[in-house]
Amino acid sequence: MRRQYLWMVGAVGLVGSALGARGAPPAMAGAISGKVTYTGTPPKMKPIDMAKEPSCAKQHATPVTTENVVTGPGNALGYVVVYISAGDPGSSAPSEAVRYDQKGCQYIPHVAVMQVSQPLEIYNDDQTSHNIHPLAKVNPEWNKSQPIGAPPIHTTWEKPEFIPVKCNVHPWMHGWFLVLTTSHHAVTGEDGGFSVKGLPPGKYTLTAWQEQFGTQTQDVTISGTETKTVDFVFKARAY
Amino acid sequence: MRPQTGWLSLVSACSALLLLCGVTPAPAQQAQVANVTGHAAAGKPLYTRYCAGCHGDDGDARGENAQWIDPKPRDFTLAVFKCRSTPTGTLPTDQDLFDAMTRGFVTTNMPAWLPLTPHNRVDLVAYIKTFSPKWKTGKPGTPITIPPEPAATIASVLHGRELFQKMECWKCHGPAGHGDGPSAKTLTDNKDDPIRPYDFSSGSRFMCGVTNRDLYRIFMTGLDGTPMPSFADDIKPADAWDLVHFLRTLQPLDTPEAAIWKAWLASHAGELKPIGPEGSGQ
Repeated sequence: MRRQYLWMVGAVGLVGSALGARGAPPAMAGAISGKVTYTGTPPKMKPIDMAKEPSCAKQHATPVTTENVVTGPGNALGYVVVYISAGDPGSSAPSEAVRYDQKGCQYIPHVAVMQVSQPLEIYNDDQTSHNIHPLAKVNPEWNKSQPIGAPPIHTTWEKPEFIPVKCNVHPWMHGWFLVLTTSHHAVTGEDGGFSVKGLPPGKYTLTAWQEQFGTQTQDVTISGTETKTVDFVFKARAY
Repeated sequence: MRPQTGWLSLVSACSALLLLCGVTPAPAQQAQVANVTGHAAAGKPLYTRYCAGCHGDDGDARGENAQWIDPKPRDFTLAVFKCRSTPTGTLPTDQDLFDAMTRGFVTTNMPAWLPLTPHNRVDLVAYIKTFSPKWKTGKPGTPITIPPEPAATIASVLHGRELFQKMECWKCHGPAGHGDGPSAKTLTDNKDDPIRPYDFSSGSRFMCGVTNRDLYRIFMTGLDGTPMPSFADDIKPADAWDLVHFLRTLQPLDTPEAAIWKAWLASHAGELKPIGPEGSGQ
């Protein structure tokens, strides 16, 4: 028992240093994967009229809709952020930048997840000016213009916060910066699937966040290199 | 066990005593404008008397008058301010807050607080800074550098006009600066309340001052909490003065810039490419 415990401490130590050094998943780690679905009737997403911005409108062959609730086959729920909200011993922020694009007058991805102090690069790929207006409350709220052909905006966020982002010039543009204290996070695709990897053995709280349906949490214990399956089901409200 | 608990309670008693005495005054409790030092304790009764009616006792913009006011009063708990000498996303200087209070906000319910003495106003600045923890953890930004203004020429006005087109100022402010651009009607502030862009044809004062220098500062720092972004990353200082000179021609005022513009326009109007997507500009 005692020997096993010591071995685990050693493994955690190794994992910690590996994460700190490169941010790469350690060799000795488990994972949590699963699927996020909904019950009930989700709201219909509204079509976006980009007629006022022809350079963006012509980039979309099919009409674009809002992305507050993105669903897939089998009641799958997309753009749900799943992350370790408790139990993560912590690691320094990855040096790789998170990329956030303004393309076709949309934010890509709709939800960008990053760790506190992790570099964030914001690009304007459009033939129109945008203004990036992250409506932060805990972090500083700023508002910067990014004209056609302007270089990317490099920034970081120093406190954990879920920050809505908007462009005032194009009022339909709406996205999120999720600033977390953990590097263990995932965003569901349209199939609702996620996988949070690189978890050293331990007890964790896993949180799933959907911008309109709120948050859910589950406690998960990881031992060895196992992959635990955890699913979340959100109750959809039509409005 | 017992002696340890006793020791612990002694320690906590000591720290409580230290807190009560307030050995080191928090900088957020003070304000400094020129050689006047303001104190939050002195500002509090003034705030209750003159400001709380709109801005609320807790500085959260929920005073009893707030419901009747549009635009809404500033919410000091957010520590986000329109008129700053500092870059977007940073706290304003004490001088900035003092100037805003002294100047008032044109086209809003916020009057110029000239009846209060300068010392009163600095005390109020100190008190306003107690409403958000951001003043304890952060410092004001470094004011932006504004180079001396070059003389307005027709070249600077025309270049400023190109920038007005290129930076797409017209998307909100309108091709002729009437505040009627394609995005104007949909603008909202950081509390989702509707907000209007400045209409240059009104000829009224700007939100943050009256001078060319104020105008320069407005678009280079942005008006935080509103849709007006900072252009500091996109417009070089020399170009910024050109934009200032052009913006002055949009106002129905007898400014030197307007005189230069009118004289040139009399013989060159046909050479102008219109502003906006299909050209409804001047």
